[in-house]
Amino acid sequence: MVPLNYYLILSGILFSIGTAGVFLRRNLITVLLSVEIMLNAVNLSFVAIGRYLGSVDGQIITFFVMTVAAAEAAVGLALVIALFRHRETLSPDAYTSLKW
Amino acid sequence: MSALIPSPTIIAHLALIFVVFNMLVMSAAFMVWLERKVCAWIQDRHGPNRVGFEGLLQPFADVFKLMMKEDLRPKAADAALFAIAPIISCITAFAAFSVVPFGTETTLFGLLDEPIPLQVTDVNVAVLVIFAIASMGVYGIVLAGWASNSKYSLLGGLRSAAQMISYELSYGMALAAVIMLAGSLSLREIVLNQSGYWFGVIPKWYVFLQPIGFFIFMTAGVAETNRAPFDFPEAEQELVAGYHTEYSSMSFALFFLAEYVNMVTVSAVATSLYLGGWLGPFLPDWLQWIYFLIKVFLILFFYVWMRWTLPRYRYDQLMEFGWKWLLPVSVVNLLATVVLVLWIG
Amino acid sequence: MDTIAFYIFAAIAILASLGVIGQGNPMHSVMLLIVSFGALAGLYILLQAPFTAVTQIIIYAGAIMVLFLFVVMLLNVPREEPVPVTAAGMLGPTAMKIGAVLSVVLAIEVVWGLSRLGPTWFSQDAEAAGVSSVSRIGNVLFTDHAFAFEATSILILVAMVGAVVIARREH
Repeated sequence: MVPLNYYLILSGILFSIGTAGVFLRRNLITVLLSVEIMLNAVNLSFVAIGRYLGSVDGQIITFFVMTVAAAEAAVGLALVIALFRHRETLSPDAYTSLKW
Repeated sequence: MSALIPSPTIIAHLALIFVVFNMLVMSAAFMVWLERKVCAWIQDRHGPNRVGFEGLLQPFADVFKLMMKEDLRPKAADAALFAIAPIISCITAFAAFSVVPFGTETTLFGLLDEPIPLQVTDVNVAVLVIFAIASMGVYGIVLAGWASNSKYSLLGGLRSAAQMISYELSYGMALAAVIMLAGSLSLREIVLNQSGYWFGVIPKWYVFLQPIGFFIFMTAGVAETNRAPFDFPEAEQELVAGYHTEYSSMSFALFFLAEYVNMVTVSAVATSLYLGGWLGPFLPDWLQWIYFLIKVFLILFFYVWMRWTLPRYRYDQLMEFGWKWLLPVSVVNLLATVVLVLWIG
Repeated sequence: MDTIAFYIFAAIAILASLGVIGQGNPMHSVMLLIVSFGALAGLYILLQAPFTAVTQIIIYAGAIMVLFLFVVMLLNVPREEPVPVTAAGMLGPTAMKIGAVLSVVLAIEVVWGLSRLGPTWFSQDAEAAGVSSVSRIGNVLFTDHAFAFEATSILILVAMVGAVVIARREH
């Protein structure tokens, strides 16, 4: 049997990998992928703790997190497409100044 | 030493997996023959009739020929994705069949201590598993289109992917209506809920309760498997061969295997959901999988018949049909089912 | 048996996630993330949450990742030189320096904190394992959390309309 804190440790490691990805990647799409990794790590925590406490609320919250992640990915990618049309590049460094 | 010999139940399960896998491969070969024969009869000619009796060995001749061909790869193609795309198509096609039940529980004439159900595995979310694996099947096609690095393939792959994800919605709504009638997500439960007769004569199949749902499911199934009249992405006349233009030899064979096995899976799921699975009047319990095979064969014949009779939809007509007509009809079907279930109880 | 499966799925998830952030080809990143989602779905099944596992595959691996794939193909995202995983590479420009250090600190803190808990075992009674039935999830979702459910449907509608409007080509 695997105790609960193994699942939480795995979730923590995945979350850190996602955070490192957001900092280290110079490509907007990969930054969004790293955000998805972070959301998944959180989902894993919820389901594990829900199972530990014997409550179904862990899975309910996961359901909502997935739906919100879908909405956020859709809008985020639409923004990336719109930005790409203006600057022809996907590096976040090109969008550091407010002046168009 | 006796600990290394697995129990009879485990051997039976492994044998069942082996039998199901081989059945699927053989049914794909049979479909190749059926398609060419039915096409020939519809077009008023003989089909393959040289190789074996009435051409029954033709699929094996085809496979042998394909194995002898050179396995090409375009130079600018992404090697990893190019190689993995047909594998993904095949894996999803076979995996979706793992939760389909095709017979009652059997003890294999008393060889086993406890009865095993005639399916590979029984999960209590079986219908969703089929849906999930079907939505993973999109990747095989998209990756094939992209990795070939050719414009025909890319267009074919993108169109096919867009078509598949559009028709998945209606597919899911038709499924939801059946789930509501049956009250369970497990395919075995759904089939068992259809046992019995009304007035002693008409079987209690869901196709009689949900005729529109059956139509929606079959239409969405045909669109999901990229068959005519929705096979624009692989239309020979328009796109050379669509997403599998650059594939040859066994990779091409794998795509075709995947397509036929997908057809068999959609037919098997349709029989379990709407036509009562393995249930039938006169045969004893341990032979009722014959009814399953007969029903699946009828739906497959209908598939082939449709391909060679109906003209092909244009791509924008196809998408418009999926979003503007089929999806609202499936939502209305779902609402009507809800109202009836709540009213009649 | 469970333990072996846990370690296998955990290893696949971690290696795939490292591959997503660590290698340059964006198509490969997307595919590796799908592999990571598949490993997480396996972990959900080990936690006796089959509905969450299947929903993960349908929504994440089957829909959101297709969206990412389409955008990567549409924009023809170029291959990017990944940051070399060496100390010299990560201590690059200031933001990356701080970011890399912070991520590592986060990882170390979380792992250290959680391993200070003694092994906390899951309850084995049938009641706890029965939380995963779909009918029970549906019950709670539509009664206790009905408002959140309806609000989520409006959220998705708004996101859909918003995405179409934002990504539309200006005429």
